[in-house]
Amino acid sequence: MVAKLTRAERQFALILLGLMALCGLVMAAGANDDLFALHGGLILAVAVGLSFLVISGLDAPEPPPERLAEYYDAPSRVAIVLTMGWALFGLAVGDWVAWMLAYPHLTVDAAWASFGRIRPMHTTGVIFGFGGNALIATSFHVVQRTCRTRLAGQFSPWFVLLGYNLFCLLAVSGYPLGITQSKEYAEPEWYVDLWLCVVWVTYLVLYLRTLAQRREPHIYVANWYYLAFIVVVAMLHIVNNIAMPVAWNHSRAYSAFAGVQDAMTQWWYGHNAVAFFLTAGFLGMMYYYLPVRAQRPIFSYRMSIISFWGITFMYMWAGSHHLHYTALPHWVQTLGMTFSLVLLVPSWGSAANALLTLNGAWHRVRDDATLRFMMVAAIFYGLTTFEGSFMAIRAVNSLSHYTDWTIGHVHAGALGWVAFISFGALYSLTPALWGRQRMHSAWAVEAHFWLALAGTLIYVFSMWNSGVIQGLMWRTYDSGGTLAYSFIDTVVAMHPYYIARAVGGALFLAGAGIGAWNVWMTIRSPDTVSQPAGGDRPLTILAGE
Amino acid sequence: MFGLHYRLEKHGMALLLGIIFVTSIGGLVDIAPLFTIDETVEDAPDMRLYTPLEVAGRNIYIREGCYACHSQMIRTLRDEVERYGPYSLAVESKYDHPMQWGSKRTGPDLARIGGKYSDEWQVAHLIDPRAVVPQSIMPSYRFLSTTGLRTDDLGLHLKALSRVGVPYTDEMVTNATADAIAQAGADGSDGLTTRYGEATQARLFDGDPGKVTEMDALIAYLQILGRLTNAAHANSPPPGE
Ligand code: HEC
Ligand code: HEM
Ligand code: HEM
Repeated sequence: MVAKLTRAERQFALILLGLMALCGLVMAAGANDDLFALHGGLILAVAVGLSFLVISGLDAPEPPPERLAEYYDAPSRVAIVLTMGWALFGLAVGDWVAWMLAYPHLTVDAAWASFGRIRPMHTTGVIFGFGGNALIATSFHVVQRTCRTRLAGQFSPWFVLLGYNLFCLLAVSGYPLGITQSKEYAEPEWYVDLWLCVVWVTYLVLYLRTLAQRREPHIYVANWYYLAFIVVVAMLHIVNNIAMPVAWNHSRAYSAFAGVQDAMTQWWYGHNAVAFFLTAGFLGMMYYYLPVRAQRPIFSYRMSIISFWGITFMYMWAGSHHLHYTALPHWVQTLGMTFSLVLLVPSWGSAANALLTLNGAWHRVRDDATLRFMMVAAIFYGLTTFEGSFMAIRAVNSLSHYTDWTIGHVHAGALGWVAFISFGALYSLTPALWGRQRMHSAWAVEAHFWLALAGTLIYVFSMWNSGVIQGLMWRTYDSGGTLAYSFIDTVVAMHPYYIARAVGGALFLAGAGIGAWNVWMTIRSPDTVSQPAGGDRPLTILAGE
Repeated sequence: MFGLHYRLEKHGMALLLGIIFVTSIGGLVDIAPLFTIDETVEDAPDMRLYTPLEVAGRNIYIREGCYACHSQMIRTLRDEVERYGPYSLAVESKYDHPMQWGSKRTGPDLARIGGKYSDEWQVAHLIDPRAVVPQSIMPSYRFLSTTGLRTDDLGLHLKALSRVGVPYTDEMVTNATADAIAQAGADGSDGLTTRYGEATQARLFDGDPGKVTEMDALIAYLQILGRLTNAAHANSPPPGE
């Protein structure tokens, strides 16, 4: 890792780490509250740890200049390992949370371990830890292959990857300590948000510079999606997190927005975090790995154009479907509902494009569990977006809102779409990046597939059931015209479904465990394939530059 | 159209600007008018501010993630109004930075929980929910009644809130710590009620005359929920749909 950097780059890294350590020290020493001090200490510790790594490689010989004529895959390799690590963490915490809802005493009697503090560890761990690292790993890989050029930076990819993981670490360590601003999917406090800003802008610049030095006339579809993911997440993140800190050395800040304006801003953010983090980024993944694995070209170029601009344009209007029948003005609710319905067209456009690409490769889908992961992902993508558009209808939302139906929808998307497409991409990418013929065990990929599918189906069906039952019980009247059920009646009715969901989650987690083992064994396996000359390399070489 | 796109795909920056332009429209149309159209938030002359103790309690509510299980937004639906009370108005969360409307009801809505139960009930319930409601799945928050409340930085909190638009006066900011202690110490000092209104509830919320605890603050907050203004009760037309 360090040996591949030039001396000057290593020194630059050390200076940055020194600054970071200083920053941590100032935070720890000058803090107004203990939590801020703890995070300062954590930053300091990470900086010192990374410095040791850099120092140990400081005197290594200069890397050979030929490396610049090869793809830069080391950051993606580290990102893959981090992805699997976060997956295990996030899913395990998710299953713990699920068991807590079935049996509330399944936790330790301590402040940090209560449901409300652990739940955001799950959502951040899976979305940002697992999903984000998978997106970084694959975006670095895809942009180089489709532009036939090396990443436009030697140091910045490491800065993006490790800086991003520091963000995840600060976020996830903050919740059990009690650091949160309570905005869903944007829980980290102001100083962590500022850090992410720096990292994310670097990511954007790196991506744009790599696109700019491409050796292909056209920018491939997958890159449109990755680019939209990067730039729109930056916009969303900055606006939704505007806040006034209590003091420069205090962990707490107050959002600039309040009440109804805050609600709209938050769900404009929340819905589009779904759209551009959990959808656009992963569509980028799908548009590259699915055709490559199926060895078929994308079914329709025009369909991908229409879907792309449809999704980027319409998602932004739809956030208010999270606020039906609330104090939000009626016209905004109607706007959100309308656009959510039309949104189905480009969403199904993408799903159909993916499935039609597989036409003619069904025998591969049957034999290759990796491709099957991606096919199931496309199906769940179609299903979740259909369900989403349905739930955005006011009358339907009056039943589904606040219930487990939403949780079912979330996990149909999160497990069936996000996790399936990620695992499919990782199983394609891992052997390629370590120069192996294939994954260590095809059987393990198969086992992972079926465990994940079973887990997802159990999860989603139990939540659909409990959600609809709960929604109906809340609004049932008896013959006398009074509400038939007390709230606690509905809590009791959920119990069996909560157990089923937790069991489904355990299956899904077990699958991911097998996956992590398989990735690890592939990395350690000795069977390397020699690259064919002129094969997987940037075009610069071939052009004789 | 596809010809145009064919050219667009050759220019990274043009693609970037296109994405920024196309994605900005929806957000601007949805959000910007909410700040300018006056009817968005109702007028409520009787709306009062959170006291420093209630601000501290609200921060505990946020820290513990109560919003992950409880909403604070009663929708304009008949069954919700009958179960929880008059539907929520925008003005009621006017000073909520950020709002706590929530998106999941694992537990009941809390928008109008203020005054529904006694302080003793709330203390017992937070210490051990299952001792009060046997089938409950709410976590227990035993540690709140033993953890002392940090009050010395409350002035800074009020100051920050005033910077984002909550009309706290300099006098309120200066007296924040004293007001918090007074409110939880039962001896409702004159200053407190003149600053925050006669209706301010000052008492031993956790029933313990010892130190001011986080339990005091959280219960002070819960008991004020839905009672910052009477607007929702005053004009409560039958719910829409
Ligand atoms: C795991 C989800 C969960 C979390 C987290 C949670 N609660 Fe609850 N809460 C419930 C459930 C379920 C009920 C209904 C059963 C009962 O009364 O215990 C409830 C009931 C209540 C009630 C009584 C409401 C009524 O109208 O009867 C109050 C007050 C309350 N919770 C406050 C809180 C506060 C304050 C917090 C945060 C410190 C919190 N809850 C965190 C699940 C939760
Ligand atoms: C082992 C698999 C998983 C289990 C058992 C699990 C379990 C849970 C549970 C119990 C909740 C809280 C529900 C509630 O409050 O009622 C939750 C929420 C959530 N999970 Fe998962 N989860 C899993 C995987 C994932 C994955 C892979 C993702 C995303 C990529 C994800 C994203 C979310 C989100 C976004 C929420 C918040 C939903 C909302 O607030 O509406 N989960 N999960
Ligand atoms: C056409 C596409 C989609 C539409 C119209 C849509 C619509 C909706 C609606 C109406 C809700 C319920 C809001 C509420 O009642 O509170 C919701 C919640 C949610 N959806 Fe979707 N959805 C779509 C696709 C997806 C996809 C692909 C995912 C991927 C994971 C996803 C993730 C979520 C999450 C995480 C929430 C929960 C937010 C929360 O309350 O915390 N959605 N969506």
